[in-house]
Amino acid sequence: MLGKLDWSAIPFGQPIPLVAGAVVLVAILAVLAWVVIRGHLPYLWSEWITSVDHKRIGVMYILLASVMLLRGGSDAIMMRIQQAIAYQSAGYLPPEHYNQIFSAHGTIMIFFVAMPFVIGLMNLVVPLQLGVRDVAFPTLNSVGFWLTATGALLVNLSLVIGEFARTGWLAFPPLSGLTYSPGVGVDYYAWALQISGVGTLVAGINLVTTVLKLRTKGMSYLRMPMFCWTTLASNLLIVAAFPILTATLAMLLLDRYLGFHFFTNEAGGNVMMFMNLIWAWGHPEVYILVLPAFGIYSEVVSTFSGKPLFGYRSMVLATMAICVVSFMVWLHHFFTMGAGPDVNAIFGIASMIIAIPTGVKIYNWLFTMYGGRIRFATPMLWSIGFMVTFIIGGLTGVLLAVPPADFQLHNSMFLVAHFHNVIIGGVLFGAFAGFEYWFPKAFGFRLSERWGKVAFWFTFTGFFVTFMPLYIVGMLGMTRRMQHYDVAAWRPWMIVAAFGMLLLCIGVISQIVQLVVSIRNREALRDRTGDPWDGRSLEWATSSPPPVFNFAFYPDVRGEDAYWAMKQHAKEQLERREPEYRDIEMPRNSPTGFICAFFATVMGFSLIWHIWWLVIVGGLGAFTTFVVFAWRDHDEYVIPAAEVAKIDRANIEERRNLVSMAGGV
Amino acid sequence: MSESSGHFDERADIAPGAEEEHSLRARVLGYVVGLVLALLLTATSFFIAGTDLVWQPSIPVAIVVLAIAQMGVHLVFFLHITTGPDNTNNVLALAFGLLIVFLVVGGSIWIMGHLNQNMPPMEQIMKMQ
Amino acid sequence: MAMTATVEHADPHHLGRAVEHAGPAPKHIVTAYGFWIFLLSDIVMFSCFFAAYAVLVHQVADGPKGAEIFDLRNVAVETICLLLSSFACGMASIAADLRNRLWFYLSMTVTCVLGLAFLAMEFREFADLVSRGYGPSRSAFLTAFFSLVGCHGLHVSAGVLWLLTMMAQVFAKGFRADIMRRMTCFALFWHALDIIWVAVFSVVYLLGGAA
Repeated sequence: MLGKLDWSAIPFGQPIPLVAGAVVLVAILAVLAWVVIRGHLPYLWSEWITSVDHKRIGVMYILLASVMLLRGGSDAIMMRIQQAIAYQSAGYLPPEHYNQIFSAHGTIMIFFVAMPFVIGLMNLVVPLQLGVRDVAFPTLNSVGFWLTATGALLVNLSLVIGEFARTGWLAFPPLSGLTYSPGVGVDYYAWALQISGVGTLVAGINLVTTVLKLRTKGMSYLRMPMFCWTTLASNLLIVAAFPILTATLAMLLLDRYLGFHFFTNEAGGNVMMFMNLIWAWGHPEVYILVLPAFGIYSEVVSTFSGKPLFGYRSMVLATMAICVVSFMVWLHHFFTMGAGPDVNAIFGIASMIIAIPTGVKIYNWLFTMYGGRIRFATPMLWSIGFMVTFIIGGLTGVLLAVPPADFQLHNSMFLVAHFHNVIIGGVLFGAFAGFEYWFPKAFGFRLSERWGKVAFWFTFTGFFVTFMPLYIVGMLGMTRRMQHYDVAAWRPWMIVAAFGMLLLCIGVISQIVQLVVSIRNREALRDRTGDPWDGRSLEWATSSPPPVFNFAFYPDVRGEDAYWAMKQHAKEQLERREPEYRDIEMPRNSPTGFICAFFATVMGFSLIWHIWWLVIVGGLGAFTTFVVFAWRDHDEYVIPAAEVAKIDRANIEERRNLVSMAGGV
Repeated sequence: MSESSGHFDERADIAPGAEEEHSLRARVLGYVVGLVLALLLTATSFFIAGTDLVWQPSIPVAIVVLAIAQMGVHLVFFLHITTGPDNTNNVLALAFGLLIVFLVVGGSIWIMGHLNQNMPPMEQIMKMQ
Repeated sequence: MAMTATVEHADPHHLGRAVEHAGPAPKHIVTAYGFWIFLLSDIVMFSCFFAAYAVLVHQVADGPKGAEIFDLRNVAVETICLLLSSFACGMASIAADLRNRLWFYLSMTVTCVLGLAFLAMEFREFADLVSRGYGPSRSAFLTAFFSLVGCHGLHVSAGVLWLLTMMAQVFAKGFRADIMRRMTCFALFWHALDIIWVAVFSVVYLLGGAA
């Protein structure tokens, strides 16, 4: 009846996961109880859970990423403490638990922190920057988000019911095969990623179509803001790379569930085929994450330098070059697996070549700043911090791209330091910069600058204190994923790294404080004009938060930096006769995404535990949901012209006040 | 969004799979031609695979060439992907997809061939001994 | 169309210099383009199974080779089924454009029957292999073979399910704009499956059978 599921799945004997799970469970129940008692449930359901508004879905993605950042971060704290104390001792985490923690940390940070964070920012901002009212497929967008949330839920369920994979974040066979991982851990991993992978693919298709097919009047490709270009590149990579992940994990699951022989040691299976395929996805994945971050830096650097982006066209070219070349370097993740010198050399050279467009970008940002009137607001601090940090990470990357050097450094702590250097210094700093930069747009008030700066400086120094020692122990020969060690020379560095972790924690806590403080002072921090940073692109042309239809009229774009150009003519524009408002049709909210995700959760869970009848129920449920959705007659609702006029006039009024204050009209 | 549909209908763009304006006869004829060509190419492939009338080493090459030709026929006559200017976006997307397919399949075969050569699977080592 | 053509010649490669971008595309183009992108991603997924097949095709583990188990006559009939069903699907698209219900139902039924015939033949082939002990767990070659061909078969099954849903929708709602958009997507899907099948019979059966 319940497949493999019974009481032994609950880890009664292991206090740490049990307590952690209980705490999370209590927290969720408390939030739910609060929501229900305060009567917020109908509001949440109709305005958020079923929302197909790209801005709300973007916010929910970022919320998911933030919560999972805390989860993945606590895994990181546990690992750093373990390695700080496990010198010639067993530490406090038993090996089987430690292995689950480093696997969960990597999986969560990549799939459920970095991915939703950048997808959320793209969702929130790109339609606004393109001057349109929504993404190409609003309901599908909601489905995508909720499937991602399903994946996150399954990973967290593994904390209390069963176990998580002990295989590392990419679950290499034969370790992840049935022989060596008979438990449900790998199944949790694979099904969570399969389901959230579908969600990511949907988001990718949606955003590619949005950028290519939905742009306002006059917004030709070479007038798009840089963030739209990087969004296009990143989502093209999602569309091209995620099917590879899906196929690879499907093969692993077929091996595990039906006794196939893709990656087994028997009957002619080939383990290396898994490494090959998974990295053909895995390397583009890195650029899926970092390209949107590059876009954010471009926007931030240009805005806070008060200058157009230097070398816009070279930036476009560099972005698209990275998009293509990122598919030609995947072997550098397994130089040591026995390919011949010619294969290694070609992939090594390709890996070094990809540093060139990246370098072009760095110089473009520097030249944008050069001669600019720079404002050191928090988003700009994150961007400058990124440039310093990312160059170090990039250079160690070029070092690792040299096959002979890689033979020494492969799977060492040096590698761990390198990819944290580029992912934290590149992606996370970018996500934080985008968060600070676009927060006023999403919610209508700015975040406290003081706490933002505190958060930045702690995170920035904390990063260096944590990860520079890891480079050193890597050089000293320490391999990754060690539960304990006996080399005295490594010990001091591990203690320093644990101390750095403390600084990083203070950084994260400061960010939470920043949020709380800013929400309390929101009236003082209110952004009335919709343009708090003196921005240059169209998202600043509408109010903060934008009305549900974003723009009363499709803006007419005449050049790059569309909103900057408009502001040059702000006075004439405001004096112009009021245009005639028209009704606007917007997509209706729909619970399709949420219900689909519910059935996907049921299906994923029952697949993990081999509860076959429930799998069928889940599958039928999901199909029925889609048919019901396809059957509905009214998928749009009308916002009457009078309503549009009222909202738009209020916004124009605020701007008029601003212009008259500034210009003394 | 439908406000836009009426307004911007006259644009230089065409949906994948959509045909330009043709008469009914021309459209049906298009599918007929596609079907006949596809059947012919298929028949040739199957014939070549089983025959000893042609030089044997050329057979795999011929099959690959015929397959690519048939995919082209399908693309043009069934999916209506053409090189016309209104199809630029669709063709670019297709080209990107094909590049990835080529990289994944070609790269995998090349890399795995090397790995097999340098680190043969256990069975082959046993055989060599 | 005349106007479109002149605008296009002014800027055939969408450089955005000579011509002004007109604004968001109409919905049917957006939908079909999005689905086109999905199809490309699906083809990339198939490419992984093709890559796996190419790598594992010689790993027979003392089991049967391709030449010993493939029945090319069967494959040829399967191929003809799919090609004819693709043609019928094209007729259904035309009928839908002409709002001709009779021809639409007729062509869709033919498409469906041919699709089901294909699936039945494939199922028989699989069942026969399994009963002879040549199931997917026999060797890596058979694993790759069953997954690749089965993956295509799963797509065809999903297509049949979609086809029936489409027919029911047209029956219940008529040729509404959103249903026409879905019909465009379905036609793209069905034709794209044929392209994959061309690769399957060429690489798996003809080349794999010769090896």
